[in-house]
Amino acid sequence: MNDFIAQLLEANGHRKTRLLAILRAIQATYFHIPKEAITLLSRSLGLPVSHIISVVDFYSFFHSTPRGQYDILFSDSITDHMLDKQSLMNYFSHQCQVGIGQVRKDGRVSLDNTACTGMCDQGPAALINGYAVPRLDRPKIDLIAKLIEQELPLAEWPETIFQVDDPIWKTGLLLNSRLAPGESLLAADARGLDATLNEIDQSKLRGRGGAGFKTALKWRLCASEPEQERFVVCNADEGEPGTFKDRVLLNRYADWLIEGMTLASLLIKSQQGFLYLRGEYLHLFEPLQAKLAERRLNGLLGDNILGKGWSFDIEICLGAGSYICGEESALIESLEGRSGIARNRPPYPVTEGYLNKPTIVDNVETFIAAAHIAIHGGNWFAAQGTEQSSGTKILSISGDTPQPGIYEVPFGTPVAAILEDCLAEDVLGIQVGGPSGTFISNREFHRRLAFEDLPSGGSFIIFNKQRDILEIVRNFTHFFADESCGFCTPCRVGTILLSEQIDKLYDGYGSVGDIVALQELGHLLKTNSHCGLGQTAANPMLNTLARYPEIYQSKIKFPHFGPGFNLDEALQAARKIAHRDDSEAHLSQSGD
Amino acid sequence: MTQTFMLDGLAIPFEDGQTIMEAAIAAGHYIPHLCYHPDFTPYGSCKLCNVNVNGKICAACTFPAMAGQTVISESEEQNRDRQRITQMLFVEGNHFCPSCEKSGNCQLQGVAYHLKMTDDHFNHQFPHREIDASHPDILIDFNRCIFCALCVRASQEEDGKAVFAISGRGINKRLIINSDSGQLKDSELTVNDRATHICPTGAILIKHTAYQVPIGDRQFDHHSISEVSMDQDSSAP
Amino acid sequence: MTDKIRIATTSLAGCFGCHMSFLDIDERLLELIEHVEFDRSPLTDIEHCGSCDIGLIEGGVCNSENVHVLREFREHCKILVAVGACAINGGLPAMRNFVPLEECLNESYMTGIGIENPQIPNDPELPLLLDKVRPIHEIVKIDYFLPGCPPSADVFWKFLTDLLAGQEPSLTYELLRYD
Repeated sequence: MNDFIAQLLEANGHRKTRLLAILRAIQATYFHIPKEAITLLSRSLGLPVSHIISVVDFYSFFHSTPRGQYDILFSDSITDHMLDKQSLMNYFSHQCQVGIGQVRKDGRVSLDNTACTGMCDQGPAALINGYAVPRLDRPKIDLIAKLIEQELPLAEWPETIFQVDDPIWKTGLLLNSRLAPGESLLAADARGLDATLNEIDQSKLRGRGGAGFKTALKWRLCASEPEQERFVVCNADEGEPGTFKDRVLLNRYADWLIEGMTLASLLIKSQQGFLYLRGEYLHLFEPLQAKLAERRLNGLLGDNILGKGWSFDIEICLGAGSYICGEESALIESLEGRSGIARNRPPYPVTEGYLNKPTIVDNVETFIAAAHIAIHGGNWFAAQGTEQSSGTKILSISGDTPQPGIYEVPFGTPVAAILEDCLAEDVLGIQVGGPSGTFISNREFHRRLAFEDLPSGGSFIIFNKQRDILEIVRNFTHFFADESCGFCTPCRVGTILLSEQIDKLYDGYGSVGDIVALQELGHLLKTNSHCGLGQTAANPMLNTLARYPEIYQSKIKFPHFGPGFNLDEALQAARKIAHRDDSEAHLSQSGD
Repeated sequence: MTQTFMLDGLAIPFEDGQTIMEAAIAAGHYIPHLCYHPDFTPYGSCKLCNVNVNGKICAACTFPAMAGQTVISESEEQNRDRQRITQMLFVEGNHFCPSCEKSGNCQLQGVAYHLKMTDDHFNHQFPHREIDASHPDILIDFNRCIFCALCVRASQEEDGKAVFAISGRGINKRLIINSDSGQLKDSELTVNDRATHICPTGAILIKHTAYQVPIGDRQFDHHSISEVSMDQDSSAP
Repeated sequence: MTDKIRIATTSLAGCFGCHMSFLDIDERLLELIEHVEFDRSPLTDIEHCGSCDIGLIEGGVCNSENVHVLREFREHCKILVAVGACAINGGLPAMRNFVPLEECLNESYMTGIGIENPQIPNDPELPLLLDKVRPIHEIVKIDYFLPGCPPSADVFWKFLTDLLAGQEPSLTYELLRYD
């Protein structure tokens, strides 16, 4: 192990900021992070043991006890459930003789759940040793089970198992455009860098991650900082359940993205960029590395770009299973090799970001849009969309549609038109912008996709009338509790309490008082939490409670008050020990 | 000219770089808090000091004071939220005051008294957490940790040791100790460290000192944390 | 007919310390008894709680009988009050919550020191233990909480005299204690 870690440290330049990459390699080799490795890393990186343990503890892809040689994580997104995920997982469990949440005794295989893996258009999906496996069905599981029993190395598995498609159903302004490598950089040079930033301003481009901050303003603020070392960061950590458009963009249009980041580096005068890629997209890591290498070779990245004396390079950093790292300041913490805990703001990243230096953090789609704007000008972009939301939005549409995939639509498009595009029928409601966004009912299809009406980072999950609202809310609420970083009290405790309240209703033990409690908790989380995760964790419940009060009412069993836990279940242990099952050995939930 | 902002209807002077909390304390106004301490870098995790700043809720201990702000702290709404947040802290850990030697000197309790909290409101989590009694002079009862990170900061910023870290995520957050064994006895912590004395609850205790002051004669038995805290925080360097 | 306020009291998973503290109102009992009468209580011999104005519950809920008694009180008392630390958060009995029930029972009845004829009681007459000791607000709706271990006599006095005077009960800073 000493040699392995020495080489690993060497390869990562002994940089503390590379801790995640180092731990990923150790996890992949030893199926966990051995204590011995932590001690070695602590000594050579000069980090406290406790710091390394805290990082291992934080990210869901790191484990302090060994996982199986083949570690299978089923995506637990609501869309996976809608595609029969649970029965497939049970089938897998049976075929491989491994319990859910367990490691098989021989250490060969382990099985667990993980948050949405960004394959909602081709679920149910899983990760095997971190690599995406979409479109699971029984024959595929049979094949995987066989390969595991044969102990065939993953690299020798049939490629079809890992085949990820890029279903693009509707293209628009961006996806219909062309961009020759270097074209936008040359255009920016010809136009002048200040003038180019003015064009981006003119385009009214706003951040595509969902929050919608004006891109030109962000870049200008960063560029105006006196500190000369500045960073360009691409947020490719699309963890919002139901989002997968960046996966497609990264696979198909990586050149555009790199071009956009390089353009940004010219505009804010930065020499170093980072592409923070969510761990779930491990399958994209090598292709993206290859793309970077190709651009370096072609003089589009590295020193003296296009012979113009520009210098800029990009490093890809993989996440390790944490939704909160999609929040820009948590992402920066993660880039620095720490747990992803959102920073106190101000200061904002544009003034104190990566290594406390001025940093812009932008979405994949934002950089791509900027690259095209540099060529075509601001008016070209602003001609589409609305006054406050210019251009187009690339949507990831999943759920109850015969055509799940990517749709590029102009901002301002009514929901009804989007549903027509994707042939969705019998729709009950839509989760726009993912769980942290807005759940709209079928009485709101006139509403428009726009920052001023329905903002969205791209997630668009359709539910038909056969779906159970409470089950959807329950899935989302548990997701937030699982992903809460735990830094602030309202979110750390509130997301758990909220999950318990929802479960109580879902399990049929709810009362009127529980609905009041839900509202109160929801308000508390929304207003008092530290960051966007806690502030939006109650949205699925609050949105659906406002729209479908009757569904919540129908779940109420007790008029005023119901016990906070399952009474009869609480006697189960005692019944077993005393070998009793008489009527006195049971309790009813209602007291009747 | 002195800059001011409004706190509960009163003009509070402040200097550039001061947080709302710092300016409020300097002006003699108490804002409930647990993770804030004037000697250490503001952290902002407990959210008890959340105040309404121009309509938005912000942590007073981390949010900068700015001219023209209208800050509301002592409203029914803020104090109701604070009580709920305090109740969350009580139900997530195991806080049995009658059997805790910190009782009466505990700031979590002090804040709860201040907010007139009579019950825990929520369902109790009753988590299973350990006690580390390995150190000859110091004991850690993890049941009472509220993840304020004051020990983490005190050890790093004042003791220069980094004995503590907050690990894990979500409700599984835990305080860990920087030693190969993970035990306190193998850490660099000593009884004279600032980190040993900083814990606002009964999580970090100094052995052999319990009950020197009887229950009933302790800090918060007769004086509200608003008075005690103002005396201590405003006299800090 | 009487216009006296009717009070019932009980101790669930508690130590009767709260009841003892209640009695510590000493001579004020004589004044109290002018205004109240007791229904089910350790102070009377009434077996089941009848219709009452106030129910005072000491202790948390550790077994099925506690649940039944608590429900009986809730059904018959207009105002139900959680009295003392154990009723409010499970208190000291809840410290068994960190030991699996089976281990608790084994230690007590099977493997502990000095046990003769080891066996875990299973008579249907005996109430079964809940896996965890719970505060009472998790089982029925509670109207007021009197913290303390025990709440002092003055707390009982203040609370009851407030109620008797028809005003919203409130505790002064000095009276609100968790220890």
